[in-house]
Amino acid sequence: MNAEPTLGENVAGSERATQSGQRLLEVANLRIAFASGRSLLAAVDGVDLRIAAGETLALLGESGCGKSATALGLLRLLPAAGRIPGGEVRFEGRDLLALPEAEMRGVRGGGMAMIFQEPATSLNPVLTVGHQLGEVLERHLGLRGTPARERSLELLTAVGIADAQRRLGEYPFQLSGGMKQRVMIAVALAGNPRLLIADEPTTALDVTIQAQILELLRRLQGEHAMGMLLITHDLGVVAQMATRVAVMYAGQIVEEAPREVFFSAARHPYTQKLFAALPDLARRGGRLDTIPGQVPPLSGMPSGCRFASRCEHAWERCRRQAPEWRQVAVGHRLRCHLDALPAAVTGTPAAGGSSAAPAADAALLSVDELRVHFPIRRGILQRTVGHVRAVDGVSLELARGRTLALVGESGCGKTTVGKAILQLIAASGGSVRLLGQELGGLARGARRPLRRRMQMIFQDPFASLNPRMSVGEIIGEGMSALRIDVQGQGRAAAIAAVLEQVGLEAAAAGRYPHEFSGGQRQRIAIARALAVQPDLVICDEPTSALDVSVQAQILNLLASLQADLGLAYLFITHNFAVVDHLAHEVAVMYLGRIVERGTVDEVLRSPQHPYTQALLSAVPSVRVDTPVEFIRLPGETPSPANPPLGCHFHPRCRQASAACRERYPATTSLSGTHTVRCHLHS
Amino acid sequence: MLAYLVRRLLYALPILIGVNVITFALFFVVNTPDDMARMQLGVKRVTPEAIDKWKAQRGYDKPLFINDAASGSAVFTDTIFFSKSARMFAGDFGRAEDGRDIAREITSRMGPSLAIALPTFVLGLLVTVSFALMLTFFRASYLDFWGVVLCVAMMSISGLFYIIGGQFLISKLWKLVPISGYGSGLDAWKFVILPVLIGVISGIGSSTRWYRTIFLEEISRDYVRTARAKGLSELVVLFRHVLRNAMIPILTGVVVVIPLLFMGSLLTESFFGIPGLGSYTIDAINAQDFAVVRAMVFIGSVLYIVGLILTDLSYTFVDPRIRFN
Amino acid sequence: MAFLPVILWSDVLIWLLFATAAIFGWLSVRNPLWRTAWQRVGRSRAGMASATVLVVFVGVGLLDSIHYRPRLEEAAASAASGTSRQPPAYAVEVLSVLDAILTPLRTRNEKTYSEPLATRAYAKESIESRGADGQLQQSRDYPRLKHGGAHLGTDETQRDADIGQRLLRALALATLLWWALAAATAAGLARAESCTHEEAWRRIWHNESDFAWNAVLATIGVLLLVVLPLAALSFNYHVFGTDKVGQDVFYQVLKSVRTALVIGLVTTLVTLPLAIFLGVLAGYFRGWVDDLIQYLYTTLSSIPGVLLIAAAVLMMQVLIDNHPQWFATAAERADLRLLALCFILGVTSWTGLCRLLRGETLKLRELEYIQAAQAFGVADLRIIGRHILPNLMHIVIIALVMDFSSLVLAEAVLSYVGIGVDPTMISFGTMINNARMELAREPMVWWSLAAAFVFMFTLVLAANLLADAVRDAFDPRIAGSA
Repeated sequence: MNAEPTLGENVAGSERATQSGQRLLEVANLRIAFASGRSLLAAVDGVDLRIAAGETLALLGESGCGKSATALGLLRLLPAAGRIPGGEVRFEGRDLLALPEAEMRGVRGGGMAMIFQEPATSLNPVLTVGHQLGEVLERHLGLRGTPARERSLELLTAVGIADAQRRLGEYPFQLSGGMKQRVMIAVALAGNPRLLIADEPTTALDVTIQAQILELLRRLQGEHAMGMLLITHDLGVVAQMATRVAVMYAGQIVEEAPREVFFSAARHPYTQKLFAALPDLARRGGRLDTIPGQVPPLSGMPSGCRFASRCEHAWERCRRQAPEWRQVAVGHRLRCHLDALPAAVTGTPAAGGSSAAPAADAALLSVDELRVHFPIRRGILQRTVGHVRAVDGVSLELARGRTLALVGESGCGKTTVGKAILQLIAASGGSVRLLGQELGGLARGARRPLRRRMQMIFQDPFASLNPRMSVGEIIGEGMSALRIDVQGQGRAAAIAAVLEQVGLEAAAAGRYPHEFSGGQRQRIAIARALAVQPDLVICDEPTSALDVSVQAQILNLLASLQADLGLAYLFITHNFAVVDHLAHEVAVMYLGRIVERGTVDEVLRSPQHPYTQALLSAVPSVRVDTPVEFIRLPGETPSPANPPLGCHFHPRCRQASAACRERYPATTSLSGTHTVRCHLHS
Repeated sequence: MLAYLVRRLLYALPILIGVNVITFALFFVVNTPDDMARMQLGVKRVTPEAIDKWKAQRGYDKPLFINDAASGSAVFTDTIFFSKSARMFAGDFGRAEDGRDIAREITSRMGPSLAIALPTFVLGLLVTVSFALMLTFFRASYLDFWGVVLCVAMMSISGLFYIIGGQFLISKLWKLVPISGYGSGLDAWKFVILPVLIGVISGIGSSTRWYRTIFLEEISRDYVRTARAKGLSELVVLFRHVLRNAMIPILTGVVVVIPLLFMGSLLTESFFGIPGLGSYTIDAINAQDFAVVRAMVFIGSVLYIVGLILTDLSYTFVDPRIRFN
Repeated sequence: MAFLPVILWSDVLIWLLFATAAIFGWLSVRNPLWRTAWQRVGRSRAGMASATVLVVFVGVGLLDSIHYRPRLEEAAASAASGTSRQPPAYAVEVLSVLDAILTPLRTRNEKTYSEPLATRAYAKESIESRGADGQLQQSRDYPRLKHGGAHLGTDETQRDADIGQRLLRALALATLLWWALAAATAAGLARAESCTHEEAWRRIWHNESDFAWNAVLATIGVLLLVVLPLAALSFNYHVFGTDKVGQDVFYQVLKSVRTALVIGLVTTLVTLPLAIFLGVLAGYFRGWVDDLIQYLYTTLSSIPGVLLIAAAVLMMQVLIDNHPQWFATAAERADLRLLALCFILGVTSWTGLCRLLRGETLKLRELEYIQAAQAFGVADLRIIGRHILPNLMHIVIIALVMDFSSLVLAEAVLSYVGIGVDPTMISFGTMINNARMELAREPMVWWSLAAAFVFMFTLVLAANLLADAVRDAFDPRIAGSA
């Protein structure tokens, strides 16, 4: 180990001798580049991978690190600009990069199959499910007609689609998101592949559906003894699925280890930072560890260690010389010059903790029985035949300086609540009061003084800033619209001050949004909201489009702004880890209604509603040692246009009784702060 | 789906009325019938009597909208608007300057127009879609590049030059087919072949390029990557996956013109002396025969609206999302 | 004064457009996003080559858009002698600066057809000549042209040598000029990027500069090689022959350029405001405003374009013919008719762009930055002005350049059908229309058509190529992937 290992050749060599019998895929020094003008930008630079049958290798990395390019490169499916300038891909002993295209097509779908991130766009919208499955059966197994149909039925049943007979004749738009991903999996399995490449297979799905799909993938892998290359950015998914983990950074794999070792003794500073940046119970309310700086651009890769510029342990050699592979334990190797690092770097311990937040005084915001119904129009005359009850009687209270997290899966109406509070969508009923003043019936002008009291931060940092306006104009817009006087100082100074508040330089005011990264754009969006000095900020999934390390920066920023300015946050999210880290109170929404409410401890530690329990159990935990029992929710969220009678949740609830089918449960108070709407508690 | 179609049909009605009102305004309000008479009879030396006679002959001597002199329903029906515009809904287009019934003239001229326009349309579609598929298949190669250059060059040539050039080369220089004229029955083929050929060629540039853009947009979608990951060959991907999805935007532009084929083509018919509706229109324009132009405008709009409805109908065949919603 | 300036409406509009383009260009330079988009256009070799060609066309068009009436000679003479104090008289004919430059081409009319570079007419005529014996002799021969090759005198056999000599001289001059220009460009680039001349030269021709200098220089080279010989010959010959009434075809082609430009550009002055205003209104406010605007454009677009234009033009003709008192000169009447055609083309062709803008506005208004502005209570008009319009401009620019070529082509067809520009106005359409009859003659008169074809093809091709470059640079979907 002390000898300078040369690209792990000896390591790989010794392993090859023992394991080559089951080795399915061997990738050596794979390089992938994208043509840009007349130059080639290396996106993947010397990746080595080995996957045996029945094994899952998780390829972990943040966006843009080259993990998807690697997967597409293995199948030779890179987009037109993609090139493979070097390397070797051996699949079952054959060199894929040297295969003629016709033979390669036999490998695609037959030997190796792939599942993509977006089930909604990855299926052909105008072909039936049966057609899309049959194609693979015909191509790789030569099945047609009745045998093909029977096999299709088997496959659909195998991926857990009920009523497979009917589904075969349906089109993708008739299926829900989870079901589409199941069909994608069935399509991938149809050719009996030995290796399955899953590129972020659950990122676009809700957490309960994610749990279903992950469980399905695990089961199928076991049944077919497939090798699996799982590409993900989610440490929780890795903990659940992987046998081995490879961490990718800036086009290279920097650490590789078996799962247990990875989660207990990750050695690379980047990996350790990834763990530290994850919001977690242990550091609640404290500051999360962040990774300073950004991933170097493809065009300007440093010659030394690629992580050196962001690594707090970096020394002079890191900048000079790229580290080679170094084996530290059986199956555990990394590219790092540091010999011994502390096994884990923990984040700064919690300074105050959430309990120290100012106690709830008079409510800043109080929402009572808020309703937002959208009409459904049908027929020749487009008459209203029903309503989508996006929000159906939501009541909330939020005090100054506090954070209320509104949690729920997609389509539950949580974003609509936020927009209705801001009066961006007209409410159909109920009241919204800010500082005791009713917002609903106010005229435009009368609403203006209240507008500056509340602001919103949006999910997508790329859609929330006008690309044609400079940062200064974006931030100044609210000030001028709400006629905010900046006493003494000019507007430019006020903009500079607020930019500084969110951690950006004052010079940023003259630049345009496209010059900033996702995290910086989110800072600008926060600055825009802060510029009018609001009391309440509605945060709509502000970190869900960001990488873990950037998410940590934004969460830290939000926390410190709350501490400094006494802001109240209505935090709309689906991510429980973030809730746990940041919120004081939690409200769980299901189909337009709040089903459980309480303080963070009450709701997250002792959830009382079966839905909350199921949601919490579905969150993939980063801890590998303590497996939680996963409460499997059957089916998917019904449409809010046509919610089930009685308790909306009863068709998916294991504990449903006759009462649940008949009427919606009333609110039960379990403690002064904890309420639940469930017949089990009434 | 039925409700969808019925709604589209109902929507067509106000549009037709709108067209009718616009044409009426254009022909009778912008210029009064007196102006038209003066123009037709020669601006300088024209007597009021001659104008009155001209108007009376054509029924333009009535009030525009409301006839105070009449009684009963004739207050509205005995007006220019009713007799010249509203009656077009019933297929009554009145008479041309030469005294012939316009409706009969139109029905007899549809045949020759269709004999040219239909083959041009079908052949043109086949040729351009095939070319576009070929360019898409060889995308980012030299064939594609020069194909696109050729398309741009071809679409930069005025349609007039295609006709003049074609007539010169094929009829005058090589004497393969007659330069113009039309025959009845099967003899017509030798008069039809050249206009069709020229029509197809002159459309290649812009259509091929347009379809290529559509195909390229489809081919960059995720489901195409899925199809490739299944191990399907590029041709299967192109024909089974891309073409089917591209049908939706292609149909939008194509189906709507099918009914308009009845109208024929102004240029082709006038150059080749085809006795169709296109040359009828041109002759009417040159003779300033307002009644015929008005009739053609109305028929054109009706056919266009029929095309719109057919387009909606065609979506239900190619797009399951509309078929099942 | 030796002339009386005449301001035609189309001149005003053309120069207004020119000024707008200049202001827009200045704004583009200040806005980094626009600047990068235009820089992408600047890098496109096809785009810059065609832009160079278009600049020449636009130059011709602009020269042809400054009009005046020259003072009549006799009046000037009598004024100079001071004997009478009558006010100066001006010619009825309205001329442009281009006409003044092309005076030799404009005035040297033959009797009828003559082939390009010919010294004799195209058809035999009876010629009376006095023989050596003093008798009048009648013979049928090709008569000598009045102006074409007149400097050769009777020595017509010298024609080929003369032409060759002129060509050689012009080509030599073109080469010389081009080298000077290329060297100046390299020197300028060397200064701007502070490198050696050799390095700048290498960058230009190895396509390594940020601007497609090689394309521009190559195009200028080709243009010089074509234009200078044409110019050199046109003084003494009819380079493209003469038409039926003996007018020089080269002159006609140059005059057609302005008509094409007016049709292609002024029309957008009508289209754009209508399409932008109504499209944005419909998309932003939705509801009944949207229903109404949709109804309006569906109705208008359901009338087949040519027929609607035909109907409108016919009505306009009636209007113009019935009111001869509105126009002081024939030029004014033709000019107003041209503008009316632009107006009609604009009114009938805004619907497509309007539909596009409505759809895009519908998408934009759901974007989060619009909602952020709404959360500040920003007024709707301000949101439209600051957030929606700037994000629609790329569509407008793409539509503008794409429409130009189709409008130029449309003018030819419409003029042929008889619903285009005034028959007295020289345009590609009227040229083709007049020349079409000549094709049937034996032997054929081909040069008018050929000249119209070459010039029109060059103009439209250049416009199409530039449109492609602009679209590639401005369309976020295409620009993002490149």
